[in-house]
Amino acid sequence: MDKKAVSKLLEIADKWYSQIQTAQIPYISLPTRTKQNIEYDEKTEVWKYGEKETMRTASSAKSALHLLKMAYVVGFLKDQIGENRSSTLREMYYISEGWKKAKFSAQDESNMLVEDLEIITELSREAFHLRPEEDGASIYGPVRIREQTRRGDKDIHCRDDVGEAGYSIPNNVERLTFLENDAKFVIAMETGGMYARLMENGFGEEYDAVLLHLKGQPARSTRRMLKRLNNELGLPVVVFTDGDPWSYRIFASIAYGSIKAAHMSDILATPGAQFIGVQPSDISEYNLPADKLTEGDIAALKSELSDPRFDTEYWRNQINLQLKLGLKSEQQAFASRGLDFVTKEYLPARLSEMGII
Amino acid sequence: MCTRRSTRQGEIELELADRLAEQQKSISVAEFFEKNKHLLGFDSPTRGIITTIKEAVDNSLDACEEAEVLPDIFVGIKKVDKEVYRIIVEDNGPGIVPKQVPFVFGKLLYGSRFHQIKQSRGQQGIGISAAVLYAQLTTGVPAVVISRTSHRNKAHRFEIMIKTEANEPEILRDEEIEWDRMHGTRVEIEFKTTLAAKKRLLEYLMYTAVVNPHARIKADIDGEVYNFERVSEEAITPPKAILPHPHGLELGQLKRIASLSDDNLKDFLINSFSRVGDKNADEIIGGSGLKESRKAKTLSNEELKKLLESMQTTQVPPPPASQCLSPIGEDMIIRGLDKEFQLDFVRSRTRKSKVFSGHPFIVEAAIGYGGKLESEGTARILRFANRVPLLYQQGACAITNSVSEVNWRAYNISQQGLPTGPVLILVHVASTNVPFTSESKDAIASIPEIEKEIVLTLQDLGRDLKMFLGRRDRNKQFEERARAVCSILPDIAEKVSQIVDKPVPDISPLEGQIMKKIVAKKGVRDGYVEILVNNYTSTPVSLTIYNISPEDGKDATPKPDFVDKIGDDFNKLWKVEIEPDGMWNARYSGKSGGTLDIRGVEEKKLVVIDLDN
Repeated sequence: MDKKAVSKLLEIADKWYSQIQTAQIPYISLPTRTKQNIEYDEKTEVWKYGEKETMRTASSAKSALHLLKMAYVVGFLKDQIGENRSSTLREMYYISEGWKKAKFSAQDESNMLVEDLEIITELSREAFHLRPEEDGASIYGPVRIREQTRRGDKDIHCRDDVGEAGYSIPNNVERLTFLENDAKFVIAMETGGMYARLMENGFGEEYDAVLLHLKGQPARSTRRMLKRLNNELGLPVVVFTDGDPWSYRIFASIAYGSIKAAHMSDILATPGAQFIGVQPSDISEYNLPADKLTEGDIAALKSELSDPRFDTEYWRNQINLQLKLGLKSEQQAFASRGLDFVTKEYLPARLSEMGII
Repeated sequence: MCTRRSTRQGEIELELADRLAEQQKSISVAEFFEKNKHLLGFDSPTRGIITTIKEAVDNSLDACEEAEVLPDIFVGIKKVDKEVYRIIVEDNGPGIVPKQVPFVFGKLLYGSRFHQIKQSRGQQGIGISAAVLYAQLTTGVPAVVISRTSHRNKAHRFEIMIKTEANEPEILRDEEIEWDRMHGTRVEIEFKTTLAAKKRLLEYLMYTAVVNPHARIKADIDGEVYNFERVSEEAITPPKAILPHPHGLELGQLKRIASLSDDNLKDFLINSFSRVGDKNADEIIGGSGLKESRKAKTLSNEELKKLLESMQTTQVPPPPASQCLSPIGEDMIIRGLDKEFQLDFVRSRTRKSKVFSGHPFIVEAAIGYGGKLESEGTARILRFANRVPLLYQQGACAITNSVSEVNWRAYNISQQGLPTGPVLILVHVASTNVPFTSESKDAIASIPEIEKEIVLTLQDLGRDLKMFLGRRDRNKQFEERARAVCSILPDIAEKVSQIVDKPVPDISPLEGQIMKKIVAKKGVRDGYVEILVNNYTSTPVSLTIYNISPEDGKDATPKPDFVDKIGDDFNKLWKVEIEPDGMWNARYSGKSGGTLDIRGVEEKKLVVIDLDN
C-alpha cells in the first residue's frame, strides 16, 4: 500500500518535471469540483465527478503558488510515508509554516490540496498516512465488532459492552471487522437529542435497530461505517434529520456522495439510504412547531432544486412544498406531541410506509 | 483747483509754475527707458544677459525667415572682466544695408515690422537697441555690429552708441572689412552682468530650438559649447502681412490710415482693410451715416469715430489667418520636443485659427510624458508667443492660467494647481498681435478667446495622454504579474527536482513564455537534431535562424534557405516569419546539433536554450 502511494505521488512530480524540461509551463488537471460537474454513476448508484476538468497552469501567480504548495505537499507526504510517520491535516498545516512561499494561508487550503491529491492518485488520505481530524460519531445497537487497536484486537458488542454514549466509531473504519449482529436496520440521526431520545425510549431494542449519531455533517469515518453496515451486513439505512435545507444535504452526502468528496463516493456513499424525516409534508401534517425560513434557507433550497442529486420527484415536491410553507422544523419538535410520539407513532408509521418494518 | 485761493497765494503759485515751466521739456524715449529699464526686461544684470540674447536671436530668426534661409546662429558669451561679459550673436540672415545699421542698433523704436500685420517675433524695434543702451549705461563700451548683405558687397563694421537725449545713433566708427560670411549680421555688446542665470539661458536656447526646428544654434558660454541641431531642413514660409481687420482697429490707427488715403470712403474701406468687400463696405458706410463719396482723408475726428463704431459692429468675415500666421505644426513640435527630451509619449495639436478683437491667432500645444523629464515636482511648462519662448512671469500668463484650469486628474495626472509629475506642456500662441501684459513680453494677457482655445487643446491632448498612461499601466501590470509567476517557477522546479531526485532543469524557456518573448530551443532526440522556435510575443516576427553544426542538414525539413561550409562545420540558415503564439520547427538527422543563433529580435525579447546542455 505504501509503495503504491509513493509511486502515485512520484508520478505527479515526474509529470511536472518533464513538463518543465520540455519547456512546458507545469500544470495539473483535476475534475471540476462543483455541483455542475457531478454525475450519477449507474453501476455504483452514487454521484461522482463528471468529465469536466479544470486545468491549473502555473502561468498566473495564483496557480503557480497552488502548484508550488502541491509540490511541497507531495514531497512532504512522500517523505512521511518513507519514514513511516503519520500526521493530521492540522499538523500538516502547521508544518507548512516552514515552507516559505508554499505556506498555507488557511486550513481550508491544505484540506482542498489533500482532496485534490486523493482525486489524482485515486487513493484516500489514509494511504498518505494522513489521519482525519474529525471525531467519528457513535453507534448503539446489536452488532458485535472486532477493532484492531494499538493494544491488540478488542471484541466489542455495541449495545451490551458500551455505556450510555454508545460505541465511538474510530477514525479508520477499515480496522473494524463485523463479527455478528441481530439488527434489522440502521437509523442515523442528526442530533444528539434525538439519539438519546431513541435510546431512552428503548427504540433500538424494540425494533432491533442500530442507532447512529451523525453529529451534524457526518465525518468520512461515519459515512464509511454506514456504507459498511449497509454493504456487508445488508442492513437498510434510514436517515433522520431536521427539516431544513442544510439537513437534506447531510442526507444527500450519505446517500449520494458529497460534492467535495465525489471522488470517494464509491467507498463513502450508501446509495440505498433513505430519508425518513423531518419531511416538509410532516410539518403541515403533524402541525409541528416551526420557524420561518430565512433568506439563506430559501437560497439553499433553491440551489438544491438545481442540484442533480435532488433531481427526483420526491425531493422536488418536498422542496417546493417547503418553499410554499416558508417553514422549517427541528427533529425535536415532535416533543410538542409528547416525548413518546416520535418512537411510538411517527417512526413506526414512516418505517412501515417505507417497507422497513 | 487754484481758483479759490487768495490772490497772494496765487501769485506765489504762479511764480512756482513759472519755475516749473522752465524745468519742463520733452524727454526722449531713450531717456525714458534709461530710467525704466524693467519695462524692457533689463531690470537686473542677470536678466539683462538673457533679454539681450533673446532680442538678438529673435531678430536673427526673423531675418532668416524673411529671407527664407535656414538659420545658423552663433551665440557667444565671453568674460571680459569681473562682472563684465561680451555678448555675441551672429547669424546668416540677409544682413542690413549699411545706412540702416546705425538706426537699427542705435535708435529705439526703429523697426520695419511695427506697422505690419503678420506674425513676427520682434515688432516695435526696441529690443536690440535697448540692449545697446543698457551696455552703454553699464560699461560705456560701444556696440560692434558687422553686417553684410551679399557676396558682392563687403561687410561693414560699425561701432555704435546711442545719444540718449535725442534718441539718435552715434557712429563712432564705420569701416569696410573682410568677413567670411557671405551674408549675415553679427552684433557684439559688452555689459555688466553675471552668469547666474545660465540655467535659464540654456533653457531659453533649448526652447528656442524646440519651436524653431529649422534652426541650428551653437552657443559658446564662456568656453562651454552647446549645440542645438536642426531637425528640419525646410525653411519656414514667411508669413505675409495682411491689411488691418475692421474689428481690430483703434481710432488713432484709423486716422493714420485714412490720412494716407486718396480714395473715397467706399474704396478706402475695400482697399485698406482685410475682408471688406462691396457689400459690407456699403453696410459700414450706411451704419456710419456718412456719404460714400467723401474722401477718407477729409473726415473729421467725430466722423472717424462714427465710422470706426460702424466698422466694429458690422459683420465682417474673420481675417485670413493662413497667410499671416505661421504655426510650427504638429509634426515639427513633436520632432523638436523629442530631440531635446527623448519623451516616452508626446502628442501635439495645432488648432484652427480664431480671432480676438479682429486679430487672428492660432493655439498650438503639446504634451510630453516620461523620458528625460523629472519624475517629481510641477510639470514643465513651455510657453511660446510667435515662436519666442516666454521665460519670466509664468504665474501672470494666460497660458499658465489655462493649464491650471484644466482638470488634469481626469487624465490620471496629479495636480496642485498646475499638473505634477514627469509631464511637459508646451503652448504656442501665434498671432499678428500677441497681447502681452507688458513691453518686456514675458506673459500673455488674459484674453478669454485665447484661454478657451488653450484649455480645449490641452483637454484634447489630455485624453490622448490618459490613453497612453492606461496602456502603459496595463503593460506594467502584465509585467508585474509575469514577474510574480517567474519568482515562483524556480521554487517549483527545485521542489519537483528534489522529489524526483534529478538535477534542476533550466526554467528560462518557461520565463520566456510568461514574459512573452521569443523562445528558441535546440536539442537532439532519437538521432534527429530539432530546432523549435515559439513566438510568445504579441506581434509577428521575422527571424533569421543560424545553426552551425557538423551535420550538413541535407535532409532537413524545411530546407535551409542557405548553407555554407565554415571549416568542418555547416552553417544552415533559415529565414522565417512567425505569427504571435505561432511556432516554427526544423529537423534533420544528426547527433550534434552545434550552436543556435537567432537574429531579428531584440535581445531582451529572446531566449535561446540548448536542451542538451
